Amino acid sequence: MITLTIDNRAVTVPRGTTVLDAAASVGINIPALCHMDLKGTCVKNAPASCRLCVVEIEGRRNLAPSCATLVAEGMIVRTNSERVVRARKTVAELILSDHPNDCLTCPKCSDCELQRLVIRFNIRRMTYKGEQSQRKHEETAAISRNMDKCILCRRCESVCNQVQSVGVLGAVRRGFDATIAPTFDRMFKDTDCTYCGQCVAVCPTGALMERDNTDRLLDDLYDPEKIVIAQPAPAVRVALGEEFGLEPGTIVTGKLASSLRYLGFDYVFDTDFGADLTIMEEGAEILHRLKAFLGGDKRVELPIMTSCCPAWVNFFEHNYPDLLEYPSSAKSPAQMFGAVAKTYWAEKMGIPREKLVVVSIMPCLAKKYECEREEFSLNGNPDVDYSLSTRELARLIKRSNIDFMTLPDSDFDTPMGESSGAAAIFGATGGVMEAALRTVYEVYTGKTLPRLEFTDVRGLQGIKEATIDLAGFPLKVCVAHTLSNARILMDKLRAGELDYHVVEVMACPGGCIGGAGQPYHHGNVEILKARTRAIYREDEGKPVRKSHENPDIQQLYKVFLGEPLGERSEKLLHTHYFNKASKSS
Amino acid sequence: MKVSCEALRKVEDICEQFGNAPGELISILHECQNTLGYLPEEVQAVIARKLGVPPQKVYGVVTFYSFFSMVPKGKYPVSVCLGTACYVRGSDKVLEEFKRVLGIEVGQTTPDGKFSLDCLRCVGACGLAPVATIGEKVYGRLNPSDIKKIIAEFEE
Repeated sequence: MITLTIDNRAVTVPRGTTVLDAAASVGINIPALCHMDLKGTCVKNAPASCRLCVVEIEGRRNLAPSCATLVAEGMIVRTNSERVVRARKTVAELILSDHPNDCLTCPKCSDCELQRLVIRFNIRRMTYKGEQSQRKHEETAAISRNMDKCILCRRCESVCNQVQSVGVLGAVRRGFDATIAPTFDRMFKDTDCTYCGQCVAVCPTGALMERDNTDRLLDDLYDPEKIVIAQPAPAVRVALGEEFGLEPGTIVTGKLASSLRYLGFDYVFDTDFGADLTIMEEGAEILHRLKAFLGGDKRVELPIMTSCCPAWVNFFEHNYPDLLEYPSSAKSPAQMFGAVAKTYWAEKMGIPREKLVVVSIMPCLAKKYECEREEFSLNGNPDVDYSLSTRELARLIKRSNIDFMTLPDSDFDTPMGESSGAAAIFGATGGVMEAALRTVYEVYTGKTLPRLEFTDVRGLQGIKEATIDLAGFPLKVCVAHTLSNARILMDKLRAGELDYHVVEVMACPGGCIGGAGQPYHHGNVEILKARTRAIYREDEGKPVRKSHENPDIQQLYKVFLGEPLGERSEKLLHTHYFNKASKSS
Repeated sequence: MKVSCEALRKVEDICEQFGNAPGELISILHECQNTLGYLPEEVQAVIARKLGVPPQKVYGVVTFYSFFSMVPKGKYPVSVCLGTACYVRGSDKVLEEFKRVLGIEVGQTTPDGKFSLDCLRCVGACGLAPVATIGEKVYGRLNPSDIKKIIAEFEE
């Protein structure tokens, strides 16, 4: 242990701690901007480039960046001396000198880390004026990019490279001309970008944002000709409350349903229903491949890999086009929901397809892109019309004069609003695997599971393994989150060294609860952990906790779909993948 | 402009010479630039593939260092020194005059492929400031009014 003095306070911390973390441990919050460390995950950015976290260290001539300076025995640190405070303010003023400063209309206003520091440092005027950078603007299906607002913190570069191993974003050029851009200054749409959106999740300013669909939704809600239905994802209900000041991890399922109704949705259903459906189809596919394998078919593609996560789908289509037969052909829960809503339900209700608008509320930005995939549409009419993020929904609730805190709880509409606990846990890494195991075990063995929880596949560890005893057959499973961990598995698979039967992959750290459409975590990993705990509480509170026991799912198969992997299921609930390997690289 | 297959094979050979090591990226880029005269997109993509790094990384390095160029240099590459000594003696005005006379910006090459224009920092001849080089030849104590005549020397 190391003892040092920070602002006249004695602090004892382990060797290797940064001055920034040591100060935080005794409640001294040194301002930082480029720095981000989502502890316990691989999300970390520490280039010490913004210089806002500088401190004075006795015996050193220059101010030191506290994020990149390790503690030493007897060190005497001042975080609020006159010299430090002046330097910090000057640095912030210089950042502002090349920033658009259009906060009033900036989509990041009130959630912007630069703005918060300006308020904190009491900067009340623009001290320096100079040339303004003219950089790229782009609007993709999922992400909106306005690089004029970029402060070159390089968090996006860190997540795109170290966390996701996608390698699209990085610094180019130097000095005033420097910017963060894809190869050859291409547009996102011409790169291997997976639209995971983690660059958006960590961007401190409004440079990288989600594409906003709130106005589009309002237009549809105001249109008397249209029937607009909602489907919110599992991870939304454990995070939405944060936008209204509730503790992270507060479950707001009932208020979520009410708020969607008050917004004017004609029917409020649940993506969790689609998640149960996914388990029915994917579970059947797992059993199908497993039985073929056990029957001696050595060519059957194992492991089978989950396919719920649209960024993961983009990732393997771009990087592993030779392995497209391994992922399950099951569509994502949101797309399964859309396909059923626009066929079975629309017919039942007598609503013409073109008048029905299916809107998904997602913790995700890649879902926006997924909605626009051609194969998920019929004659140009998409199964899910478009997707809003958790943040966009929160903005819309505030805009529509709804006091979220006093909303009553209400239930989702039937028949596509009923769901099991297995569906609820889709929102956390390991959740889809656990949900599938609950069903696969019971269908395969014909026995009731003695214990529903598969705790080995839970938690923030990057790659998790477990072996499940399926009536004497050891089923080997693996769960990965973040695409750099997925790459480790895929490289092994390509080399013929991946020894599992079932693999789950989610692109975002922690799974969907850490999705790029969620309320910003601002580097606080406790928020992700609280959401994860809430996901499992939601599961425990459900009367039905296995997908195949959801009565509305059973009914849907009985009256409409027939069997999992049956003709109609194959047509509506399964998809195929494309070779999207980039040609120039 | 299309890079020949032969040139791309040369690039692959250079990567091999350096053991396809990502840590040798800058050395490989130097060698390729010396061999081909420039580093177009296709060349960078080949280097990225050989080294197993994202093309973005290669592009980031190429655009960072002024020695590297993505367009072919002219037959007579012009470099104007903007180092401190040259700058205080008016090399910015010399640069402006080169731009005007050649009709190109810094980093560009004239359409006939004859001249390219770049800036550099100090050629170690501060006593002659302001200084420019054309190919191997050094011109000192330049005045903007000299530029037209100097360029004309090469315009036979």
